[in-house]
Amino acid sequence: MNYKTDEAHVSGLASARKGASHWLGERLKSVALIPLTVIFIFIVAPLIGADHSTVVGALQSPAKGFALIIFFLVTFKHLEEGLQVVIEDYVHSRGRVLALIKLNKLFCWTFGLVAIFAIAKITFAT
Amino acid sequence: MVELTLPKNSRMTVGKTWPKPEGATNIRAFKVYRWSPDDGKNPSLDTYFLDMDKCGPMVLDALVKIKSEVDPTLTFRRSCREGICGSCAMNVDGINTLACIYGLDEIKGDVKIYPLPHMEVIKDLIPDLTHFYAQHASIMPWLETKTDKPATEWRQSIEDRKKLDGLYECVMCACCSTSCPSYWWNGDRYLGPAALLHAYRWIIDSRDEATGERLDELDDPFKLYRCHTIMNCAKTCPKGLNPAKAIAEIKKKMVERTS
Repeated sequence: MNYKTDEAHVSGLASARKGASHWLGERLKSVALIPLTVIFIFIVAPLIGADHSTVVGALQSPAKGFALIIFFLVTFKHLEEGLQVVIEDYVHSRGRVLALIKLNKLFCWTFGLVAIFAIAKITFAT
Repeated sequence: MVELTLPKNSRMTVGKTWPKPEGATNIRAFKVYRWSPDDGKNPSLDTYFLDMDKCGPMVLDALVKIKSEVDPTLTFRRSCREGICGSCAMNVDGINTLACIYGLDEIKGDVKIYPLPHMEVIKDLIPDLTHFYAQHASIMPWLETKTDKPATEWRQSIEDRKKLDGLYECVMCACCSTSCPSYWWNGDRYLGPAALLHAYRWIIDSRDEATGERLDELDDPFKLYRCHTIMNCAKTCPKGLNPAKAIAEIKKKMVERTS
């Protein structure tokens, strides 16, 4: 039997006081991704079907390397924030939500860092 | 996870078909959701027939006629019959609306009437709005002041008063909140369009002195930011209001104070 009042249910754990930063960050990143995606396409599209040495050669330009690193950084951070909202929307067990949000962070940061490391290695270390 | 199918005890069954009125030539069928907490049965869809030559023009007129002349056990809320009390909110022909101001001539074919979606049903067309009202109370729906002057009424300029237009008219019928998928899925924590429209009504009030505290309370991923601008609220509001816009204005205020 649950004797909690409905007012107590509604107030719950009170306001987290940090919804705005997540919401704003997500939107700013989606706006930033419009030019970044165009730049990404301009850099990568000519390399479709090219051999390894051509791709490495093309990505050795610091400007291109820097642009791709920013693109991957913003993309994976945006992916992480967006997937977090999807998890919060569709998964309703609090324990599962917390676990999936951590897994989501791990997944996005791992793939994001691998991509950034790969570009950095090609651009700056070869 | 999100429920994609109805729970077993909510699945609809075919209900009773009531007799047609004798001697009537202009007959219309009404399919009405029925559920009673007393018999342990699943909800059903009863079919009633009314003589439209002897029925008023609104959906509520038809329901009152069914209750008075056909089946007195049919249960629904109603009071003002002119769209100002918000009692007779229900889902008519797939749209959340007030039965008293929804014309039968706006509906093609049989008239299908269900309670507001995704709410616990108390009986027939009556949803349990306890949580919805508690959410409204949580946004402090009153003028919050700290100074004690003036001791008389607090005045407002005409411009400031105009800011409340499109907000103060809300009658808390719950049509908007119960049409919102975000509210269906996370209604326990998301305040929903109705409560947030009221929250904005007090945030924007020039006389209120608790704007910061009100924004603090809403700065939460669930209370406010479950709104994904789906816009069902604005589409369904029987008073023609736009809760989604009010929510967007709250979000703008949140950004305004951080930048």
